[in-house]
Order: sequence, then C-alpha cells, then structure tokens
Amino acid sequence: MIPAAFDFVRAESAAEAVAALAEHGDDAKILAGGMSLIPLMKLRLATPMVLIDVARIRDLSYIKDAGDHIAIGSLTRHRDVEISELLKAECGVVSAVTAQVGDNQVRHRGTIGGSVAHGDPASDLPATLLALDATFVVTGKSGHREIAATDFFEGFLETALGSEELLTEIRVPKAGPSGFNYQKFNRRAQDWAIVGAVAVTVGGAKKVGLVNMGSTPLRARQVEAALAGGASNSDAAQSAAADTEANQDLNASVEYREHLSRVLVRRALEAATV
Amino acid sequence: MKISVSVNGKSQEHDVEPRTLLVQYLREACALTGTKVGCDTSSCGACTVLLDGESVKSCTMFAAQADGGSVTTIEGLANTDGSLHPMQQAFHEKHGLQCGFCTAGMVLAAVSLLDENPNPTEKDVRFGLEGNLCRCTGYHNIVEAVLAAAAAKEAK
Ligand SMILES: Cc1cc2nc3c(=O)[nH]c(=O)nc-3n(C[C@H](O)[C@H](O)[C@H](O)COP(=O)(O)OP(=O)(O)OC[C@H]3O[C@@H](n4cnc5c(N)ncnc54)[C@H](O)[C@@H]3O)c2cc1C
Ligand code: FES
Ligand code: FES
Repeated sequence: MIPAAFDFVRAESAAEAVAALAEHGDDAKILAGGMSLIPLMKLRLATPMVLIDVARIRDLSYIKDAGDHIAIGSLTRHRDVEISELLKAECGVVSAVTAQVGDNQVRHRGTIGGSVAHGDPASDLPATLLALDATFVVTGKSGHREIAATDFFEGFLETALGSEELLTEIRVPKAGPSGFNYQKFNRRAQDWAIVGAVAVTVGGAKKVGLVNMGSTPLRARQVEAALAGGASNSDAAQSAAADTEANQDLNASVEYREHLSRVLVRRALEAATV
Repeated sequence: MKISVSVNGKSQEHDVEPRTLLVQYLREACALTGTKVGCDTSSCGACTVLLDGESVKSCTMFAAQADGGSVTTIEGLANTDGSLHPMQQAFHEKHGLQCGFCTAGMVLAAVSLLDENPNPTEKDVRFGLEGNLCRCTGYHNIVEAVLAAAAAKEAK
C-alpha cells in the first residue's frame, strides 16, 4: 500500500517546524516517528500534501530534572523513555507503561509527543499522562503555551493542539518511589488495549486513568473520590465505569468493557500499593 | 528527492519519490529482496531491518527518513568470507525456521534484541520478538535459537 503523493520537508529546529506549519497550514502534517501517521497514510485515511519531518530535531529529545517536575522532550522515542533511569526513579509509571506500547520496532521509532498529539483513546500513554495531571507545552508562531492534560484531549483523535502548533514538551510530576500499576487487557501480543487501567499515587493521592473507555482518555474520578473517602480498593473500583462512554466493536461489547474496567481498576489499585 | 543511505556498508545514492517506503526502496532500488513484505500494516515484522543498529519495520518508514542513516538487511549480516552471523548460525543449528518467510525479519529483530539485552531470559526473548509473527514454527525453536546465540556471545 503506497500513500498518496506529498512533499517532504525536513525541519532541523522547532522554529523551522513552526515556520513550515505556518506556511503550509492545513495541508501539512508533522511526521515524528510515523508509527501512527504512516499506517493511516498507507490506508489513505490521511492524505497530507506536505509532511514536515521533525524526527531529527535533537533539541526536542531529552528527559531532564526540572526541579519540581520531570521534563520530557516531545521527540523522545518510546525506547529512551522506557529505559530512562531518571524516569524510573522519579515517575516510574511513564517508563513502565511505555514498555507496553507496541513492540520493540515500534518503540525504536515512535515518540511520546506523537502518542500525545495523536490523541487516540486506545493509546496507553495519554491516559497515563492524564492520571498524572501532566502538562503539555506547545509552541506556535507567537511563542509557547502550556495546556493541562485535563484540557488537552477534546474528542476522538482531537486535541487542543492548534493546526499551526508543535507539541514540544511533556511535564510530569515527581512521584518518587510511589506505587503504580498498569493493567493492559488485550488478546494478542503487541495489540492496543481492549481496556486499560492505570493507577498511580502522586503526593499521597491515588489517581486512576482509563484507556479505551470513551472517545478520549479518561480519569476514573469517582474511584479516586471513593478512595480519598476511605473506601477499599475493591469497593472503589465498583464505580470505574461511571462517567465512561465505552464503544462496542468486534473485540468487546459496551457491557464487557465496563466489566473489564471495574476488574482492571481493582487489579491496578491492588498491585499499586506500596 | 535525493537520498543517500549506507546499505550493508555500501553507500547508495538515489532519487526517490518522498512516498517511497523503505522496504520498497531496499527491494526495488537496491535490488535486495531478502527483506520481505508480509502484512504491509506494521504487524508481522517480516520487513524488519536494522537502522543505525536498531530494529525497525521498513514497511512503516519512508526511505526519506533513512536518508543519512545506515541500514542493515539480511544480505548484510553474514561475514565477508561467507560464514554466517552467529544469529544466523543459531537459527540454522536450532532449526529456527520452516518456510523461511519470517526469518530475515526474525533474525534482525533478534540481533537488535541481543544488542539491547545481551542476557535475556526466555520470557525476555518472547516479549522482545512480539513484533514478529511466524506462521510455521510455533516459535519454540526460534526462542531456542536466540537463547543459543546469546549463550554463544556470552561464551566469547
Ligand atoms: C504495530 C504497532 C503497534 C502499536 N501499538 C500500540 C500500543 O499498544 N499502544 C499505544 O499506545 N500505541 C501503539 N502504537 C502507536 C505508537 O504508540 C505510536 O508511536 C504513537 O502513537 C505515535 O508516535 P509517533 O512519534 O510515531 O507519531 P507520528 O505517527 O509521527 O504522528 C502521530 C500524529 O501526531 C502528530 N504529531 C506527532 N508529533 C507531533 C508534535 N511534536 N507536535 C504536533 N503534532 C505531532 C502527527 O502529525 C500525527 O498526526 C502502535 C503502533 C504500531 C505501528
Ligand atoms: S510487512 Fe512490515 S510489519 Fe508486516
Ligand atoms: S518459518 Fe514460515 S513463517 Fe516463520
């Protein structure tokens, strides 16, 4: 399968990428690892006229201690996130979840920024970053702006990222050696989650994120409230499917997804206890 | 657009359409047909090659993204005297293939895996090769071969 023809522009810096976005507007798409975009282009579900290759912008590939948080450059590859000692020590859930994205070949190319910008509710990282109350830094013609993860995911594959903006940084809190766990339920190795549940403790509070339980990644707010009110893990997990709008597809019915969410949230909470 | 890629140690210059996939480039422009297309949807790993030493699926990359890089295909793995690479040798000895369609991708994925994890457990090998499907062997002998190659490397 060969994609529709396009022009290829290589950006060597964030400024060049932003300028190219401004020049080509809606005709252009950013190409990072290509692990989501190229499959869509091969199926001609995406037919951009211009691809702006940003993968070589080395300045946007980093993981650093920024005092009160960890800053991750948007073009940091999954592989580098997976093995980062800094992340393992300060926000281990991000490394552990990343290790479950696709397979080795996918993680050698795909980037954290691409996972976020793509905004797929079935992806592992968006729900995790939502549970962490991460902040996304985006860069456009008029400079930087920060968007809270809770405001970022707007709909199915829709985000608050403007069409002329580049996602440049992901900021996650220092959670320290606190408990976390990710339960990814799928039927075959390498597949996307049919449902996923991530539990993580940040600053003493338990947060829960849900994968593939609606058109965006979700927080299980009622579970979090029940836990804060002293409920047991298994009692709190009962409300995992509240406020979700799961889809039916060939893998699972709505009811089955709701059932999975309750079971997986309970398992994640139990396993996340330190 | 003009690209230059080092393929199996030889530098290659070609004028390609931007939409040329890396696998198409390798098979058609470089005439290296050892790299196979199985699924064409980034699922099966038959098209796996090494880009700067790391496994990638060449059906899900544009040749333009490899511009300036170094690609190793199955043709480039054996030694110049014709003797097999230790991973190829291990696949041969442990009978890690039947029809052979997945083998080029499997061997290169395994080379990359051992590079990142020189002492894998059986579970590490199974997880490490989750991006490569084999319709014939049931994986048993493939896993044996990778473990044998790891042990041989360790012994050196
Ligand atoms: C076989 C396979 C299995 C997979 N399995 C999983 C899985 O189990 N779980 C999972 O979560 N994901 C999975 N993925 C997807 C993978 O996580 C992708 O790497 C990721 O979703 C996209 O990152 P990328 O860098 O490849 O982005 P690209 O594909 O390059 O881009 C994706 C989208 O984001 C935009 N974009 C990328 N970077 C930026 C940026 N910095 N600023 C603005 N826009 C940007 C692009 O324009 C495009 O629209 C899988 C992919 C494959 C091929
Ligand atoms: S042909 Fe590339 S993964 Fe199957
Ligand atoms: S040997 Fe036939 S597909 Fe693996």
